[in-house]
Amino acid sequence: MALKYELSKVEVWDGNMAASHALRQAQVDVVAAYPITPSTPIVQNYGKFLSDGYIDGEFVMVESEHAAMSACVGAGAAGGRVATATSSQGFALMVEVLYQASGMRIPLVLNLVNRALAAPLNVNGDHSDMYLSRDTGWISLCAYNPQEAYDFNLMAFKIAEDLRVRIPVIVNQDGFICSHTAQNVAPLSDEEAYEFIGEYKQKNAMLDFSKPITYGAQAEEDWHFEHKAQLHHDLMNSHVVIEEVFDLFAKKTGRKYNIVEKYDMDDAEVVIVALGTTVETARVAAKKIREEGIKAGVVSLRTLRPFPYKLVAEALKDVKAIAMLDRSSPAGAMGMLFNEVGVAVLQNSTKKPILSNYIYGLGGRDMTQENLLQIYRDLDANAKANKLTHPTQQFIGLRGKKMAFN
Amino acid sequence: MTKEIKNLKQFSRAAEKFEGANLLCPGCAHGMIIREILNAVDGHIVIGNSTGCIEVSTAVYPYTSWDVPWIHIGFENGSTAVAGVEAMYKALSRKQKYTGDKPKFVAFGGDGSTYDIGFQWISGCFERGHDLTYVCFDNEVYANTGGQRSGSTPIGSSTSTTPAGRVSYGKKDKKKDMLAIMAAHGSPYVAQVAPNKWKDMNKKIKQALDTEGPTFINALSACTTEWRFDCNNTVDIMDLAVDSLVFPLYEIIDGHELNITYRPKNIIPVRDYLGAQGRFKHLFKPENEHIIEQFQKDVDKKWEMLQRREEARV
Repeated sequence: MALKYELSKVEVWDGNMAASHALRQAQVDVVAAYPITPSTPIVQNYGKFLSDGYIDGEFVMVESEHAAMSACVGAGAAGGRVATATSSQGFALMVEVLYQASGMRIPLVLNLVNRALAAPLNVNGDHSDMYLSRDTGWISLCAYNPQEAYDFNLMAFKIAEDLRVRIPVIVNQDGFICSHTAQNVAPLSDEEAYEFIGEYKQKNAMLDFSKPITYGAQAEEDWHFEHKAQLHHDLMNSHVVIEEVFDLFAKKTGRKYNIVEKYDMDDAEVVIVALGTTVETARVAAKKIREEGIKAGVVSLRTLRPFPYKLVAEALKDVKAIAMLDRSSPAGAMGMLFNEVGVAVLQNSTKKPILSNYIYGLGGRDMTQENLLQIYRDLDANAKANKLTHPTQQFIGLRGKKMAFN
Repeated sequence: MTKEIKNLKQFSRAAEKFEGANLLCPGCAHGMIIREILNAVDGHIVIGNSTGCIEVSTAVYPYTSWDVPWIHIGFENGSTAVAGVEAMYKALSRKQKYTGDKPKFVAFGGDGSTYDIGFQWISGCFERGHDLTYVCFDNEVYANTGGQRSGSTPIGSSTSTTPAGRVSYGKKDKKKDMLAIMAAHGSPYVAQVAPNKWKDMNKKIKQALDTEGPTFINALSACTTEWRFDCNNTVDIMDLAVDSLVFPLYEIIDGHELNITYRPKNIIPVRDYLGAQGRFKHLFKPENEHIIEQFQKDVDKKWEMLQRREEARV
């Protein structure tokens, strides 16, 4: 039996510590992990909680991230609560097994502390690994600060383990900017947190010997398509459960999350769409630029997967110019948010807003207020001219010659 | 709980956990090995299986040949999959959420999964001391993908990626000594077995499963398709392998105590074993005869080494 951990009403935690406490409160049975910056402290803290008796679980310190996810899938299939954490290259090594986890419908929770992908090797935050996760069949949630890293971890278990969903969940947070920056976090007590998440009883557990189960069968062209379609169907519909969990959490804590968050959107004409810690910086920029008479707003997403097409379109239906901010190398295309948000808007809107794409912050490059104000001014020019006054895609904050594409 | 199989009658009546309904090739030794392992277990057993011939021929949705809990994840990680199950068993039994008997945790993989792509995962599992038994179905080739060379393929073998030709005698490199490597991990028990020597195999499987900690079994598995022999000759070919000492049967306890468990009454020449298989046919051309000689020398040297180690108890 795990010892009780006394928490204050407000704790000063960074994003990693916040995630670790959520895993502790969920009383995760097995964590299998391999260290990688900047996610390392999450599992280190878990190990310390275990050493001090605050968790009664198994910590499997494997030899690679691929093995970490392999052990997690085995442990999850066996029948219990399982979680891990990783970043960047480690996540890339894991990706093969992520498809197995979602395909086998094992409700794991993975903390993905977002970081750039090499080369050049870089330990700092961007969304390259988050973008790499997008077709893996996992639900992908985005937290913007340590409080949210904590809250989303608690909610992740409840979403993943819901029998209407049974899909593994990634909780994203920005490397260093969120993971290593201490802020005030209001935690639930251990009892409240556990009560919120609930007991977990796995369906078709391998350790249920009364009903031997085969996990990970082969299915060729006669059945593979149906399996993938079923996963897609349940992922697309999982927003219902996600919203329910967001509502329950709001009732419990007063902290209300939305799948699509709107900031100053009542009369907004020019809007930034972003993910991660930049959302909060953009909100400050929007407030500031309104002093110049520019009607600025911010739209951000809490779920990268399932992608909330309708909600995004609804949030952006009356605006004149939109900038999608992508923090990952577009690698020969427009950025992912540009493509996905753009399609959502054009598909569902009678008006035709002017769309542009800004690539920023790769490898931990700061996204400054000045950058964001500049984007709002560009958008304002687009809105006034009712056409693109700048190239469709621009790299912002990049040294040297201006980089832009149409 | 494990059990000793006393006679073939008992063996033939016990195989209800692995169904005969599977897609293994006629004459494949894999099925024999699986039955001999499952028959040695009376209680619960959990199997993690790497991708390979076994996986693709026994778990084709919506069918399964397994009447025991079984999981397949990828080509490389059958060991870690079952290590995950074992970790969950430990957590849940401590919390009294699992109250049944302690199961046997077993990982299956072919030689590709074991000697090559899955090696890191196995090494990690053994270093961490999971209570599992890893069984390699050693047919010395990537049979599932069409007969490419693996780290287990012997020298001189003609495979689809090391084909014998006008200027090549086939694979240039020798077989990796997997048993020595696994013993060097500090495993409490490692052994080579051959399903044709089923009494010896049953004894070793029992010991591997009953020993706490990570144990390793390397099982000879003759492959009618890639070794190229008639499918009714599987047992004969494996008899040749163990009687020529190409595949010696021995065990190593606690990394040092080596016991030879089968000494052929009449040791047959290696060339008799090689000559019975299509994969070595080209070695009998005059220009390749030196490879047969080399093969015989290597086998003699290994046998000498095994005997000396057994005698010296080191």
